[in-house]
Amino acid sequence: MEQVLEVKGLKTYFYTEDGVAKSVDGVDFTLSKGKTLGIVGESGCGKSVTSLSVMRLVSEPAGKIVDGEILFNGDNLLAKTEKEMRDIRGNRISMIFQEPMTSLNPVFTVGNQINEVLKLHQGMTTKEATLKSIEMLKLVGIPLPEKRVHEYPHQLSGGMRQRVMIAMALACNPALLIADEPTTALDVTIQAQILELMKDLKERLGTAIMLVTHDLGVVAEVADEVMVMYAGRVVEHGAVREIFAKPMHPYTQGLLKSIPDISEEVEFLETIEGLVPNIYEMPAGCSFAPRCKHAMDACRERQPALTYDGGHKVRCFLYGDASEGEVG
Amino acid sequence: MSKDVLVEIKNLKVHFPTGDSGLFGRSKQVVKAVDGLDFTIRKGETLGIVGESGCGKSTTGRAMLRLIEPTEGEVLFEGRDIMNLRKGDLRGLRREMQFIFQDPYASLDPRKNVASIIGEAFKAHEKMSAKERNERVQELLGLVGLRPEHVKRYPHEFSGGQRQRIGIARALALKPKFVVCDEPVSALDVSIQAQVVNLMKELQQKLELTYLFISHDLRVVKHISNRVGVMYLGAMVEIADKQDLYAAPRHPYTRALLSAIPSPNPEIRRERILLQGDVPSPVNPPSGCRFRTRCPEATERCAIEIPALKDVGDGHMVACHYR
Repeated sequence: MEQVLEVKGLKTYFYTEDGVAKSVDGVDFTLSKGKTLGIVGESGCGKSVTSLSVMRLVSEPAGKIVDGEILFNGDNLLAKTEKEMRDIRGNRISMIFQEPMTSLNPVFTVGNQINEVLKLHQGMTTKEATLKSIEMLKLVGIPLPEKRVHEYPHQLSGGMRQRVMIAMALACNPALLIADEPTTALDVTIQAQILELMKDLKERLGTAIMLVTHDLGVVAEVADEVMVMYAGRVVEHGAVREIFAKPMHPYTQGLLKSIPDISEEVEFLETIEGLVPNIYEMPAGCSFAPRCKHAMDACRERQPALTYDGGHKVRCFLYGDASEGEVG
Repeated sequence: MSKDVLVEIKNLKVHFPTGDSGLFGRSKQVVKAVDGLDFTIRKGETLGIVGESGCGKSTTGRAMLRLIEPTEGEVLFEGRDIMNLRKGDLRGLRREMQFIFQDPYASLDPRKNVASIIGEAFKAHEKMSAKERNERVQELLGLVGLRPEHVKRYPHEFSGGQRQRIGIARALALKPKFVVCDEPVSALDVSIQAQVVNLMKELQQKLELTYLFISHDLRVVKHISNRVGVMYLGAMVEIADKQDLYAAPRHPYTRALLSAIPSPNPEIRRERILLQGDVPSPVNPPSGCRFRTRCPEATERCAIEIPALKDVGDGHMVACHYR
């Protein structure tokens, strides 16, 4: 299968007054053409920073990609100049964000904003670009695209704006689409519309999608593979069916159990006790150990490696030899 | 009125005038955020209210406590109509009716420490020495799972889940009977969400509280509520016992809404009812049934006649001509 993206040993740190925040601390994954990888985790786990790193949009000088490789179609993005990256962003790799209102420019029409991408990357004239924009709006299911193309963002509803964002992101037929919480700001019936659209477009255009979200339900609906992150590291990674049917890492198990199940009735929900550790004072050993029911002595001393265990990868001493793993 | 009813809402309306008042102040438009609600809340139960943005669920909660003045209607608390109370009497009533807000970042004063945030209620409502007040604050902190040393800290020193615990402690300070919870866990991460939901359930049992639980999260509402009401564009379209509502939704909107919940189990694929288009503007809602413009089953009658909320058996109420 054609590999679009390969991330190896990615480390993105932020240097702040309070110390060094290791937001992404050694992340590896690959993504193939036409596949969707869901990256899930709670606030501060590094999922968004991972996607920003792929786009090379980490805000410098505070943030810095300190180590690793990001291979896009075999080409290392970390070796590119800013000018080369500009040719890639919005063209070969594009991104949609959580908040469709703040990511569209309020003083330009929808058509104007989609045209910009097409003129810049494909050298189209305004006339050609407008025709293409209308075609894109039609593709994402916006009614009356000939009329909507001349409207401003405030004239559209939240769901429509997110469709416009998707139209813009897909205008140049990118090989990779990064969607960072694309439906979080939307209502559930509109979310269902957008998820259907993303599934349909993936099949028709063969775009590889990196879907960043905190909602395990959304991942279960659209992703082929899931990567669960905790405190800057991948704790579990595998096929979507595998992970939801047989979660192995205690954190993944806890996350799945904390969502109320609508087909079942329980008095109290299972919870993960405690809080995510302070990013400046990560515990030694496994970063989940202080909240883990199964924590052993080894977990507090050594960092378990991400090991392969029948079908999917997991970073936990419950599945492997606790004498291995790095100290610290 | 039956004995076990704590709150009764009759024909509640909240209309907001909009800024667009025409060139000479004529043709003033009105947003009908809540447009004629009737429901009751029983003692000790949790009534969940679900619906999408703009359906009027938060406005309903606020209007019931008169944090927003309703345009019309009655709110009976233990049989007393609170709409006619003067400010002074209302203040007394607020001891018994409290509110938990969505955003734990915005609803706590950043310049006050926990002792004064929670203790403020005692200052306003009860004559109490500083020592007594301090004891009560400590007691409340323990109740919501915070530690005694937290009393001197400021909101920024807490995580989102802990802040929401402070908000809950504040709401419970005066031992209210009824608490309106407006999206209390929506801003929290799932693992923290479960902790706070469990806490709220525990406190309800311990203190015999009655909740109105407003949320867009259909899973959380199912978990915490006894009965659930579904709102659409300012009106209640269905209200029933939660088992009933989730197992056998009757209104076409409820059906679509429930089918849209993404399932965290990829093996379970429910048939999804995809609604077309968006929610219409509450300035100019559709005639007849408000849902008819998106309803897959709408007929001519739906455009003419407003469906009444009627009992279809066992207290399951639906507002649809064809149920």
